[in-house]
Amino acid sequence: MNQIRNPLLQETLFDEEADDFAAPVSPLPRRVTPLEGIAYLLLVLGSGGFLASILGWIGGGWGSFLFVFGSLTAGGVLLPWARYGNTSPGVKNDRTFFRGISTRGITGWAAGVLLTGFYVVLYWRSDLLEGGIRLVDPLALVLTGEEAGKWFLYGFLYSLAVLLFGFRMILRWRGNPYQILRTFSVIFFQLGLAFLLPHLLALFEQPEFYFTYFWPLKTEYLWPSGFRWLASHPGGLGVFMAFWGLAMTFLATPVLTYFFGKRWYCSWVCGCGGLAETMGDPWRHLSNKSDAVWRIERISIYTILAVVTAGTAVLWINSAMEGGLLGTLSQGFAEWYGFLIGSLFAGVIGVGFYPLMGPRVWCRFGCPMAAILGLLQVKASRFRIETNGGQCMSCGNCSTYCEMGIDVRSYAQKGDPILRASCVGCGLCSSVCPRGVLRLGGRK
Amino acid sequence: MHAVILGNGVSGATAALRLRELRPEWRITMVSGETTYPYSRPALMYVFMGHMRYRDTKPWPDSLWADRRIELLRGWVSEIDTKERSLKFEDGNRLGYDRLLLATGSRPNLFGWPGQELKGVQGLYSLQDLALLRENVKRARRAVVCGGGLIGIELAEMLHGLGLPVTILAREEWYWGNILPREEGRFVSRMIVEEGFDLRLSTGLSEILGDGEGRVRGVRTSEDEVLDCQLVGLTAGVSPNLAALEGSGIPTRRGILVDRSLRTEVEGVFAAGDCAEIETGGDRNLLQQVWYTGKAQGRVAAASLAGIEERYEPGIWFNSAKFLGLEYQVYGEVPNRPGEGRRHLYWEDFEARRAFRVVEEGGAVCGMDILGGRLRHRVCESWIREGRRLEEVLEGLGEACFDPEFFPRPVERIRKEIREVAG
Ligand SMILES: Cc1cc2nc3c(=O)[nH]c(=O)nc-3n(C[C@H](O)[C@H](O)[C@H](O)COP(=O)(O)OP(=O)(O)OC[C@H]3O[C@@H](n4cnc5c(N)ncnc54)[C@H](O)[C@@H]3O)c2cc1C
Ligand code: SF4
Repeated sequence: MNQIRNPLLQETLFDEEADDFAAPVSPLPRRVTPLEGIAYLLLVLGSGGFLASILGWIGGGWGSFLFVFGSLTAGGVLLPWARYGNTSPGVKNDRTFFRGISTRGITGWAAGVLLTGFYVVLYWRSDLLEGGIRLVDPLALVLTGEEAGKWFLYGFLYSLAVLLFGFRMILRWRGNPYQILRTFSVIFFQLGLAFLLPHLLALFEQPEFYFTYFWPLKTEYLWPSGFRWLASHPGGLGVFMAFWGLAMTFLATPVLTYFFGKRWYCSWVCGCGGLAETMGDPWRHLSNKSDAVWRIERISIYTILAVVTAGTAVLWINSAMEGGLLGTLSQGFAEWYGFLIGSLFAGVIGVGFYPLMGPRVWCRFGCPMAAILGLLQVKASRFRIETNGGQCMSCGNCSTYCEMGIDVRSYAQKGDPILRASCVGCGLCSSVCPRGVLRLGGRK
Repeated sequence: MHAVILGNGVSGATAALRLRELRPEWRITMVSGETTYPYSRPALMYVFMGHMRYRDTKPWPDSLWADRRIELLRGWVSEIDTKERSLKFEDGNRLGYDRLLLATGSRPNLFGWPGQELKGVQGLYSLQDLALLRENVKRARRAVVCGGGLIGIELAEMLHGLGLPVTILAREEWYWGNILPREEGRFVSRMIVEEGFDLRLSTGLSEILGDGEGRVRGVRTSEDEVLDCQLVGLTAGVSPNLAALEGSGIPTRRGILVDRSLRTEVEGVFAAGDCAEIETGGDRNLLQQVWYTGKAQGRVAAASLAGIEERYEPGIWFNSAKFLGLEYQVYGEVPNRPGEGRRHLYWEDFEARRAFRVVEEGGAVCGMDILGGRLRHRVCESWIREGRRLEEVLEGLGEACFDPEFFPRPVERIRKEIREVAG
């Protein structure tokens, strides 16, 4: 018996740190299948049409609407179908680290710049988007009875992205009931409760209300101005909404988190989470796993929570004193918070940086709701990720695919249960673990 | 006191870390030729398929080793001088030791096949093998994997993922036939074929054919059939890696012979993990070549190195693997052939990709395995240790189920159908 000697590498010691283990090149080139080709064509047509409408080259109306979004939808459905339709239902170990788009290559950066650019334009130069906004008028007229504004366009695109990438997610994980149900859930909450319902409410002259967002994510709902605006709305619905907001924050949040962990919200209901779990899925491995970043995460997220909590308290005191404390400054605080946290952090960085820093930047470093849920999860919840005895073989799949940057393996290889404030319970660690070591839901 | 650990696999690394806890003042050096830092060998396939990078497979952050003052030395050791207590490296350098732990792992079995030295023929064990594979696939339009085991199916999956047609030669009547019972083996074989692999059972390798320029051009099977291929994977099991031990006087048989405390006969020299053969005093020595046993042995070896009396108790056997998308777990004793006095109860649902087996001996459950499902380690272990009756195990199946939430749990069906067979 003879040890196999590596004829290529015999001379020098192999430098594994420098070798990037790049994609193996096979003489059998991977061909674009006809179905994939059609899907790409449709996507190009759709995005081209959208661009053309922004540039004012094509007009509005149902024809344009159906052409643009019909092509995008058809392409968005066909592409994952072509990719995953024929594969076996298990984990796809499919070249994630060999693709530029998923590893901050040129295409990855381009996607990041495009997404970030879209948010910048949306927030501060929405006049440039005029043609695109007119494109969704036909739908806005049906749903709201009014012409579309930029937020209608945004909500529509957002929901479409959750729907199409959700479809991809379901196909990709179709052997995994947890992932399938969870994806159906985020699609339902985004489409139904975060897009259709608020517009229908407006159509029936009720307050535009999002039943799936609460303080401190949707700070306005418990700020004096927002709360009073709801509570004083004619008809019982406004009062109901005001109290819904209160109950969700102070009752439902602790109770549901006690039983299910933070995930009942972050990876099943929340719209930000919904986009991260669908459109963000191809980039989830980009989250940083180092201890240093974990430290930054804790400082940053709890600081924002403190600011929101203190701000809310001050606003109520100020309002009780009829402006005696802050005067017009209270308006200033609300505006600055909205700009810095709501627009810059949650939007531009939160979504724009998906292809660069993974899909949960906002949820990890910014979201005050995630901060509260995380505290509850650690201090008062039965949720755990259970480790199956000593079965972990330290492969690293779980840590690599954790979008929250948790080094899952460091717990699993010791046989410890995993309990971290940031864990949103997406279940991907358990899904990619090749030895079935991890199970969500363990109790105390 | 200078402790040298030869090999930075899971056994060596675990030993080094525990030894540091036990002996804060010792000098500890960990030597390896393969990589500077430890990595997870079972993750090799994921690196090749682009599911992880090499650096993602390191179980511990690089900074840990400096923190724990464990020196990492890179190099291949060619000789061990147990009188002078030193290691000699291939480049001529020497390193002295006071205590030596051998954790050299395994190497792929080569059975002296004609043509095994040709270019394009390789095993899959090390990171170097992975780099070589990347070179070898460049000209491969077809691949043959010889050996139907766990590494064989991983290699086949890696190659298939590149779009290569892959033929698997397995000498046994069903896949992994020297371990799996017939039903599980057939189940797995059938699935492998359905996933698009050309699986040849009861077929061995008789010769590897060259193209006259030192490269492989095909193989001749035991059925005397010639299969064209430009890449041959040899995955017919592994054996302890004893290459560095030649002339050292350290007694070996299949592996490095050690007692229950992992001491060799040579003063100050120990062995753990894949390379160690533990003398049990019984008729069969213990040669365990899996991840968690390497880890457990590494811990005991650290104590022995430190001079603390500890014994390696193997506990209830466990193993797990994945055949393509199909997970497999085994607890306790599940022999591949029916034997005297043992009762096998087997349930399967191929469409649902699930199977389950319980083995009973003298009224007590002694082992179980599962395909396409997950069982809770702690529960299965205690059942076997306590020698529970079949009925108790069936009753407790729900508690032992480790499948994720919302996954189908055919517990009721399994219970009912096994009870029917058991009578
Ligand atoms: C592809 C593959 C998949 C596997 N999957 C699984 C799995 O899923 N589950 C499981 O339980 N097990 C699995 N195993 C087996 C598992 O990896 C081994 O049991 C385990 O790695 C053994 O650890 P070890 O520390 O004993 O030896 P090794 O990990 O082999 O480490 C030995 C080290 O010693 C070094 N070394 C040896 N000789 C010398 C020398 N002369 N000079 C310098 N350095 C030397 C080598 O460089 C090597 O790094 C798999 C193995 C392979 C190859
Ligand atoms: S994916 Fe599973 S086996 Fe791999 S490190 Fe994580 S828990 Fe361990």
